[in-house]
Amino acid sequence: MKQILRLRVNGQDHEVYVPVHKTLLEVLREDLNLTGTKHGCELGECGTCTVLVDGEPVLSCLALPIELQEREITTVEGLADGAAPHPLQTAFAELGAAQCGYCTPGVLLTSKALLDRHPHPSRDEIKHALAGNLCRCTGYAKIYEAIERAANEPK
Amino acid sequence: MSNNPPLSVIGHALPKVDAMQKVTGETRYADDLFLPRMLYGKLLRSVYPHARILHIDTSRAEKLPGVCAVITGKDLPIKFGIMPSTQDEEALCVDKVRFVGDPVAAVAAIDEETAERALDLIDVEYEPLAPVMSIRDALDETLPQIHAYADHHNIHKFVSLEFGDIEAGFQAAEYVREDTFFYEGDTHLPMEQHAALAQYSSDEKLTLWSSTQTPHYVHRALEKTLQIPRARIRVIAAPVGGGFGGKTDPFSHEIVASKLSMLTGRPVKITLTREEVFYTHRGRHPVLMWVKSGVRRDGQITALHFKTMLDGGAYGSYGIASTYYTGALQTVTYKIPAYKFEGLRVFTNKPPCGPKRGHGTPQPRFGLEVHLDKIAHDLGLDPAEMRRKYVVDDGTKTVNHLTITSCGLRECIDRVVEASGWKDRKAAGGKQQAETLPLATRHSSLRKGLGLACSSYLSGAGLPIYWNDLPHSGVIVKVDRGGGVAVFCGSTDIGQGSDSLLAYIAAEEFGLKPADIKVFTADTDLTPVDLGSYSSRVTVMTGNACIQATRSVKQKILQAAAEKLLVPAESLVMRNGIVICEDDENRKLSFVEAVNLAEAKFGTLSGTGSYKPPKRAGPYKGSGVGPSPSYSYSACVAAVSVDTETGVVTVDKLWLAHDGGRAINPLLVIGQAEGSAYMGVGEALMEESAFRKGMHKIPSMLDYKSPTTLDTPDIQTILVETLDPEGPYGAKEAGQGPLLPVPPAIANAVFDAVGVRIDEVPITPDKVLKALEEKAKGKEARVGPKDFPNAKYPEPIKVEPPENAPRLEIRA
Repeated sequence: MKQILRLRVNGQDHEVYVPVHKTLLEVLREDLNLTGTKHGCELGECGTCTVLVDGEPVLSCLALPIELQEREITTVEGLADGAAPHPLQTAFAELGAAQCGYCTPGVLLTSKALLDRHPHPSRDEIKHALAGNLCRCTGYAKIYEAIERAANEPK
Repeated sequence: MSNNPPLSVIGHALPKVDAMQKVTGETRYADDLFLPRMLYGKLLRSVYPHARILHIDTSRAEKLPGVCAVITGKDLPIKFGIMPSTQDEEALCVDKVRFVGDPVAAVAAIDEETAERALDLIDVEYEPLAPVMSIRDALDETLPQIHAYADHHNIHKFVSLEFGDIEAGFQAAEYVREDTFFYEGDTHLPMEQHAALAQYSSDEKLTLWSSTQTPHYVHRALEKTLQIPRARIRVIAAPVGGGFGGKTDPFSHEIVASKLSMLTGRPVKITLTREEVFYTHRGRHPVLMWVKSGVRRDGQITALHFKTMLDGGAYGSYGIASTYYTGALQTVTYKIPAYKFEGLRVFTNKPPCGPKRGHGTPQPRFGLEVHLDKIAHDLGLDPAEMRRKYVVDDGTKTVNHLTITSCGLRECIDRVVEASGWKDRKAAGGKQQAETLPLATRHSSLRKGLGLACSSYLSGAGLPIYWNDLPHSGVIVKVDRGGGVAVFCGSTDIGQGSDSLLAYIAAEEFGLKPADIKVFTADTDLTPVDLGSYSSRVTVMTGNACIQATRSVKQKILQAAAEKLLVPAESLVMRNGIVICEDDENRKLSFVEAVNLAEAKFGTLSGTGSYKPPKRAGPYKGSGVGPSPSYSYSACVAAVSVDTETGVVTVDKLWLAHDGGRAINPLLVIGQAEGSAYMGVGEALMEESAFRKGMHKIPSMLDYKSPTTLDTPDIQTILVETLDPEGPYGAKEAGQGPLLPVPPAIANAVFDAVGVRIDEVPITPDKVLKALEEKAKGKEARVGPKDFPNAKYPEPIKVEPPENAPRLEIRA
């Protein structure tokens, strides 16, 4: 069964006509061409597909767009302020926190949600916030350093 | 060009050239590509571990609306495989399936759901055969043979080599010890699932975008299986979302997507599900090991005898090389005057094993380093001192003919010993820990320990996968009259930063910024061949090729500038975007002006560079595995807490020193070391590819345990920068070697903490508890293989060691 859904993604309103069982991950990637959101398992196990819904991290592979109309959805494409990258993006790039970069969009959004709530998190708080985002490249160390640097940027 | 110019790019911690695309979501991985009229492909996979295919009926699937093509093994009958001598894979199985997950049919349909429904409509009739599920099964000749071409029944490959006088070595020993070990298989688990998009166009040319580490080898496999000349095939490696060796074979889905596109005239994409990635595998071989060594009372090794048995899974893959690798690098860390290696690889009805980070060497390194720890304990020696005393020397050869160009291992040991407070702990008498160690909790059931291990790895394999006399890496540099520099190379960035490496080198040589350089890579139409991102070869091989290519253009630019400035070309340098005379700084030109003069004088400006490793293989069959331009060295100290009530091992901290030669970008080298150490922790404590009745027990990311942020310890990386004569600016490898010492260091630390030996990885809580129970009962405080199965290894090939190899000292 297909239905017209109204989704607000990165501040822009979209209308999509999709089967109602299509996941948010699929709609973002296949119907809205927002391929910055990646998939690692499509079963809610790895955190790769994390996006923000009203500022909270959500696994887009388990979320149904039909339940998310009227909500504010943020993907990695919506992190920058126009042409100016988010401080997290700059810090991740400069400190080598993205190796293959595949988990990076999800990690960035989880990190943004953390910093929005706790502007100066401890190392331990960062570890707990990111416990659901697997990364196979970095050993996480550079990710922590990048989040800490972004947290200490003058706003 | 003076020999030691100050370096403005090399050695500096710079961001990668593609870093911003990766953090903004702009990077397009293979599955991010969508083409007009694109179809979705799916593979039907065997549900039996071992069975004959009696009949396949695709008629019901073909009739399903939305299905555009259905194919079976009959459509792709030509076998392929990464190694020329083991062409044993079929894109779709023809007569027989050899593991649960072996592909037997494929469909292309207008969307994924239709394709999946079509798979359900394909009827396959199987005749199940008895499955061979372990090394011991494979040695049982009453079970059916998996491949007819094996060396003996289900033994795929035997290796038997002897270097120097092994008997004299054991006779000269003052202490001899034997041990058995088991290293369970595990998998790469890249975050990106493999994807391939094929487009066969109306001009009868095929383009394949794939998440591959080896586009050149995929190119060759497509030519062979599809019977199209390579000149009409273009393979583009999309940015790879994690590889670790898991994307280095040519794969069924790449060939099938291409064939389906040829049949339908439409682009076809196949993206594997996570479960399929687990079955596609090519991961770490499970290896049973037996080691015997003879030593003097001070720990000097007089003879080493090592046996391995590899569980290869269902196909050859890189397995022949893997088998040799389980015996090749034991000799490059400590002086060994006599060495015997016997190895074999078996076929089993499980997903094929292949190369994972460290390829065939982490398993024997685990065995050797735990074995040496036991010897140190038996002889009352400090494990660090015992090792450092007999480290190999620069400029020597090993007993099996490997050339040591530079070795920073002694310094690596010293640095981790110092950083970890190793000696203070010893001085304080055994279990007393350095105060600085983070205590997990104050539980009385927690015991703490420190363990040390060392290792070495190659900076690229000395020989290519298929025999040829061609360069291993080629680079073309083009400079345009706008001052634009473009570098073309077949190398494949899998996140390690190989694209950045090319930009750093070109920027260094031309006196520009990395951001000024455009890099085009991993495209068989546009870029000269590079063999791929495996065996830690890229920095040394593409780096040297890139230096050669840039310098050939640079020389023309300097010559043209010298004529204009009326100075000798040798007095000119390139820096900060200008060409300037070192003797008279008023004589200078902008880079763009100099480039225009050169183009006017010489015509279009371009240069090429090629790299082939030095030919150094020893005079024996099998000597092709092991040689490398150079070897990296690592030492690791692990601090662990062991909970004696739960058996849980927590790694509190790792100190890791790595001699990767000159760090071309220390930020990236440290990143590789941290990532390797993390992966080593996973292998040591939790990761395992385990099977039950032919099925993967845990083909999901939730159940296949890999370290999260909460499991990964603090890692302190120390770079030891030897300047290696073979490397670009002195660089060696960094991507694989730092993993190797981590599992044995952790195992040794567990012993230090609670006095039990876990002689197999992963070191899971149940094994620790079992060993503690045995210890409490006064039995051998150990969990590990009880014996090493009997197998008739052939008579060894006896090889005379090279002249400057370590010699057995005859002591009075």
